Amino acid sequence: MYSLIASILIDGIAYGLVLFMVSVGLTVTLGLMRFVNLAHGTFAMIGGYAAATAITALGLPYGLALICAALAAGAIAYGLEIALIRRLYHRPELDQVLLTIGLVFMGIALSGMMFGNSLVPVRLPEFLRGATDLGFRQVPTQRFVPLVMGLATLIGIWLLFERTRFGIRLRATVDNPRAAGELGINTRRIYAAAFAIGAALAGLGGVAGAELLPVEPYYPLKYLVLFLAVVAVGGPGNMLGSFVAALLLGIVETAGKYLAPDFATIALYALMLLVLSWRPEGLFRRTSKT
Amino acid sequence: MTTKRLLAATLVAALTILPALAETVKVGVVGPFSGPFSGSFGEPFRQGIETYVAMNGQPADGIEVEFIYRDLQSPDPGRARALAQELVARDGVQYLAGFVFTPNAIAAAGISAQAKIPTVIFNASASTVVSQSPYYVRTSNTLPQVSVPTAQNALDKGYKTVVTAVSDYGPGVDAETSFVKAFTEGGGEVLESIRMPLSTTDFGPYLQSIQLKKPDALFVFLPYGPPTFSFVNAYRDNGLDDAGIAFVGTSETQEVDLQSLGVAAIGLETGYFYSAAHESAENDAFKAKLAELYPDAEPNPATVSAFDGTHALYEMIRATGGEADPDGAIAAIAGASWESPRGPISIDAETRDIVQNVYIRVVEQEENGRLVNREIKTYEAQPDYGAAQ
Repeated sequence: MYSLIASILIDGIAYGLVLFMVSVGLTVTLGLMRFVNLAHGTFAMIGGYAAATAITALGLPYGLALICAALAAGAIAYGLEIALIRRLYHRPELDQVLLTIGLVFMGIALSGMMFGNSLVPVRLPEFLRGATDLGFRQVPTQRFVPLVMGLATLIGIWLLFERTRFGIRLRATVDNPRAAGELGINTRRIYAAAFAIGAALAGLGGVAGAELLPVEPYYPLKYLVLFLAVVAVGGPGNMLGSFVAALLLGIVETAGKYLAPDFATIALYALMLLVLSWRPEGLFRRTSKT
Repeated sequence: MTTKRLLAATLVAALTILPALAETVKVGVVGPFSGPFSGSFGEPFRQGIETYVAMNGQPADGIEVEFIYRDLQSPDPGRARALAQELVARDGVQYLAGFVFTPNAIAAAGISAQAKIPTVIFNASASTVVSQSPYYVRTSNTLPQVSVPTAQNALDKGYKTVVTAVSDYGPGVDAETSFVKAFTEGGGEVLESIRMPLSTTDFGPYLQSIQLKKPDALFVFLPYGPPTFSFVNAYRDNGLDDAGIAFVGTSETQEVDLQSLGVAAIGLETGYFYSAAHESAENDAFKAKLAELYPDAEPNPATVSAFDGTHALYEMIRATGGEADPDGAIAAIAGASWESPRGPISIDAETRDIVQNVYIRVVEQEENGRLVNREIKTYEAQPDYGAAQ
């Protein structure tokens, strides 16, 4: 009994951390910036392809490949922000949906042409492969990647947004762009930087989660609901909320798999339904005053 | 100047007359040529057809085959029927071919039966498909056909207890049903049958709870691509191999996925109908031509199914001299047998379904680092056990 509960918690938290890593970027772009960014998965996928290429074609170590993933996704997002996305911040949400879903389809076609329609594995280094023995059971060694990265991201983003000048400007810009602009904040640059950061996090998540959500052209569409579920349950724009939501969804779905295998996926959606009918704004609302 | 003009005129005349001399037989091919299934089915279909045509030319003097490809990305019975109808009524095809998903193949059966269009099924692998139209022929496989010998092999290896874990969709349920039946009839015990939702991404918990049951082996059926990749990794990463729970699969290590599975796949044992490592002159010739036409292509079960399907089409076209004679065409292919790249195959005279060897293979790494399905055992001339039930 205790080992069952322990197993549910271990696997649930491990899965929840993967969910957190793959959707944390969306918390920034959709949640904080309030831009309906359905192309989040595209940036995660770009990160995954960048890391796979860095490892397989260039022979770089896994750590450097992670940096490549974040840089590639961030750089492409920065370019797209300047060229397209910044024109839509003040447009209706439907326009944002149409643009970003268009980006998703372009991403599918382009990645299919460049990397083929089959999945591309992000090869793990020897020390991350196989199982780690916890004494009473084994866990996949790779799950330590999302664990370390998830905690580092949570702390890093908190420091960046709450403790730096950039963070203060970003929050000011998001809350009241006009007042922020009049105070001399370059809101355009702040937005572009924030969007790039969101995409870079997506890129990292794409690599960290590649064992469970393998990189392939249809990635952005296939897992879109999963990303949105985490952000919606957590409360848009709240990093801690996304973290808690991801762990909760991970644990509930995992419990479902252990206890009622055939209905595991329903458990996730049922939880989402419950939380959102109880608190339509998500578990945690964004704390800053508007 | 005049000679040149005369020459040009002759040339033009020749060009206009030539096509009229050859009779064109049109074949409509329905499959996912774009979208998420194009990599595992649409592209292999096209490659199989083109490779066969490149190796064999036209079926006979004066008969030319024209393949008309129609894109059908996903299971969509209404659209499958509409495409089949359009190909028959508007494009005037004499034959149909392709069909990845069972619901699509079943939906098009009405058109095949009513318009008497001989149709070669390249994939759709539920047992019932071929019986839906008297003009259906299949060159792929059925799930019972590969699951039953796989269960037999598990018994032969001395496995007493098994847990089955399949994706919760039609083919998964079929594979589970026929495996469980064959395994329990052979004296084995199935401890649990798990059906995992198709959208599952984290297979860890399933594998952990399977580990607690301590079966001798784990029978698996998953769709190609991401689910197979995640499952195989999870099997290794949760230590089931160390715990001595053998992996028993069918299509999981097929060539389109094999290289991306990587080292996690080494040692996995599966029962299936085609391995690219099959040793025969026919397979070598097939692989050589495929590599020449498509340097990046993997010889895959779907490629071979389309290759053999094209052979079936050629046989029917030859037997009927390119004329529309559906009953003559079916009579020519029912009962036919030939040497395929996969090994000897035949079309059952009664059911029009394929009879073929099922090979037990183990994944090995070659010196150049590539993974192959090495055939270690053969179950000869396996019928569709689903139809016999």
